[in-house]
Amino acid sequence: MVVGSLRQETEVVIIGGGPGGYIAALRVADLGKEVTLIDDREQLGGVCLLEGCIPSKTLINAVEVIETARNAEKFGLTFSDLKTDLQALREWTDSVVSGLAKGVHRLLQRRGVELIRGRARFESDRAVIVEGADLGAVEFRHCIIATGSRIQELPLTKDLPVWTSREALRLPEIPETLLIIGGGYIGLELGQVYTGLGSRVTMVELLPKLLMGADPDLVEVLLKHCTQRFESILLESKVVDIEQTSAGFAVTIEQNGDSVKSEFSQVLVAVGRRPNTDDLGLPNTKITPDRHGFIRVSPEGRTAVGHIYAIGDVTPGPMLAHKASREGKVVAEVIAQHHSAFDNRAIPAVVYTDPEISWSGLTQREAETQGIEVNIGRFPLKALGRARTLGRSDGLVKIISDPKSGLILGVGMVGPLAGELIAEGTLAVEMGATLEDLLVTIHPHPTLSEAIMEAAEVAAGSPVHVEPRGKNHNHNR
Amino acid sequence: MYEFKLPDLGEGIHEGELVKWYVQEGDIVQEDDPLVDVETDKAAVTIPSPVSGRVLRFGGEVGDTVIVGDVIAVIEEEIKEVPVAPVEAEEAPPAPVAPEAVAPSRDAPTPRRGPVPAAPATRRLARELGVELRLVTPSGPSGRIMPEDVKRFAEQGDVPEPPKPDVVSEPTRPGVEEQITQERRAEAEFAAHACTAVPFLDLAPLPDFERWGPVDKQPLRSIRRKVAHKMVTSMTLVPHVAHMDEADVTLLEEFRRREKERRMGQPGGHLTLLAFVIKAVTAGLRATPPFNASLDPFTEEIVYKKYYNIGIAVDTEKGLVVPVVRETDRKSIMEISAAIEDLAGRAREGKLQVDELQGGTFTITNVGPLGGTALIPAINYPEVAILGMGRVQEKPVVRNGHIVIRQVLPLTLSFDHRVADGADAARFVSEMVRELSDPNLLLLET
Repeated sequence: MVVGSLRQETEVVIIGGGPGGYIAALRVADLGKEVTLIDDREQLGGVCLLEGCIPSKTLINAVEVIETARNAEKFGLTFSDLKTDLQALREWTDSVVSGLAKGVHRLLQRRGVELIRGRARFESDRAVIVEGADLGAVEFRHCIIATGSRIQELPLTKDLPVWTSREALRLPEIPETLLIIGGGYIGLELGQVYTGLGSRVTMVELLPKLLMGADPDLVEVLLKHCTQRFESILLESKVVDIEQTSAGFAVTIEQNGDSVKSEFSQVLVAVGRRPNTDDLGLPNTKITPDRHGFIRVSPEGRTAVGHIYAIGDVTPGPMLAHKASREGKVVAEVIAQHHSAFDNRAIPAVVYTDPEISWSGLTQREAETQGIEVNIGRFPLKALGRARTLGRSDGLVKIISDPKSGLILGVGMVGPLAGELIAEGTLAVEMGATLEDLLVTIHPHPTLSEAIMEAAEVAAGSPVHVEPRGKNHNHNR
Repeated sequence: MYEFKLPDLGEGIHEGELVKWYVQEGDIVQEDDPLVDVETDKAAVTIPSPVSGRVLRFGGEVGDTVIVGDVIAVIEEEIKEVPVAPVEAEEAPPAPVAPEAVAPSRDAPTPRRGPVPAAPATRRLARELGVELRLVTPSGPSGRIMPEDVKRFAEQGDVPEPPKPDVVSEPTRPGVEEQITQERRAEAEFAAHACTAVPFLDLAPLPDFERWGPVDKQPLRSIRRKVAHKMVTSMTLVPHVAHMDEADVTLLEEFRRREKERRMGQPGGHLTLLAFVIKAVTAGLRATPPFNASLDPFTEEIVYKKYYNIGIAVDTEKGLVVPVVRETDRKSIMEISAAIEDLAGRAREGKLQVDELQGGTFTITNVGPLGGTALIPAINYPEVAILGMGRVQEKPVVRNGHIVIRQVLPLTLSFDHRVADGADAARFVSEMVRELSDPNLLLLET
């Protein structure tokens, strides 16, 4: 290891320029601290911006246009000659990503944040050594670990040219057949992207259900779509062998004790992510990650070393950009000696499938496993005017509340724009809103957001639009 | 290391006595588990542990008096909380941490106790003011804690401690003189401000009484301070009117004495006149709703309460407390009597819970046993009326042209003239006098 002798001092060192680290840098700089941000990538923005949320949503949007065009036949519209120019789509995605990354860079520069490109490792709990930079070490008063996570690899495919989400998002080709290992949100989102672009997709999941974090009634609606579009979905199944062939890969899948060998043009491994804590020099501090590699923190974001903080994917909880950003702000404020703490009650989760799934706060599954008594109100989108106008009446909104006080504990939904609509549910949970608060709030008509009000009415026992046998609702604007 | 300081207990309480520890030193305690019972002038409060961890030591033994802000327990959290050092200061090396030490994760499967309903901004305010949300009485719908609730909670207990007498009379301590001058200046400023707000109000710093002789100074504490706040509010805000009458309780007293002897030892067997008066008052309140109401000066609404909870003023060693006998319209006289025995007894032992002092709709103060031919009680704001009972005495009374000796109970109803009128009061008291003169009438109310 080449270590320069130059040392510098700063108040706050942030390791990692993703949605946790760069947000923390901006906030703590605004609060008057001297900040150095260290990141080893060419561009800032982390996995989310560079090879995660942003490129995937750009692609998903493009595929949605394709699907919408295909489904427009029932509106009396037929588009012929749909062409996909992969190169143009790649360039469009890259331009979105680099535009945002430049924006992040600019924001940090204007705040006077010192940016260092290199890989930081702790020398002690007072300094980091930066590899690949012109200087040796940075001494700090406070440090924020925001190194995020990386793709979990499968030992079975380690030396094979299979895809991970990183490759898949670069659109190297549209394989004729694609095997996706893993039925989580990444596998489902990319599965639908490639289906839309023309691949025949097979999905293998070890567990008995897809999307284990979401409530089964939400997943069921998505599953119906996926069963129609995917070649097949194999649950409780395991890839036991995989070898490269001239046409792609020969994969042996074991299900219910039976092994079946099939050929696929390409294989995408999407079995999860793991925290980046193993190559940080943590043994030189008093911080010990748990056996899964996560760094446990107090509500203020402090690690076992009080002036070293950790945020985002390296801490326990869902690996989501918006969780990291909020934690970044909290830690920035704690460093500036504000009374701040991560006391959020709802971290919304969004799956950008078609239809979208989102939830926030307590899920029904959590309530069941924790033995919490809840009242659940479900409203089906088929009873909603706006959903009908979109030709998308499959889906539902559910509200989980405390049976005694009507306090809203969680909201879940599946349907078009569920990712946008969940914001209201999250606010309701954070504010300590009750069913009554939601159902007396006027929701514009006709919109999808009405479903939230309607679900609250169902939960409160006074539904207007749901009646037995789905009597047609007709009312005027 | 978490130094758990006695939190602000609200209700203007500044100190309390440690009465029971739920754990031993060295025990592991979970967040929100009961830690210690603290008895204050007003009630006993169970304080939950704010964090999970090992209790290293207590800040006091059972029987010790602790003041808000005193460290009552030192708890070693599973993580060391190293305070953020000021930027300029040299940071001390961090305390050594065992390598296996990990922070309690917010995702750890701790038993879910249901969130305290409060908006994020309210939660932040509570953090800033050092207020434990679980101790705040909510005013919002469905038990939601509003920012005002947190502020009120913080303010009531957040009044700076007045200097202790020994500190004030300690002339050698440097800076004390200066401190007093500063306080005097602040007092003068406050007085000047108050005087401009109220015409003719002449509020000035008090003279130095020591000029005329020795004095003893005691800080205005907890219950005394609370009474001061309540009375100034009541007398400033409420136009008081008093209506007086006398009840001939000869028959009632005869009946009461007989039954008391017969029921001795039963719950409620220590039958007092107060139990009967509560029943008569309840009947009166049902007939005259304004006396069971509150006037909200902010919304300009009269809030009529559909429940009858009668507060009874109890004189204790530590001062006046007013526990509440609930739902007196649904209780028999014997049940009311039992409730009085229980509440008054525990009030004197200082063992009332805070909620037993709340929710009253009308108050009765019975100073009769201590003497007095008449009294004008001050309304227990925001209630509308209060009944004062004088001493039952044998008096010469003219009945049908003859002077006879009767047992007479003097009664005074003080009421808020904004909400009720003299005629209401006259009817209310007359009906009560009639009922107390004839126990058979009270029978109709049970």
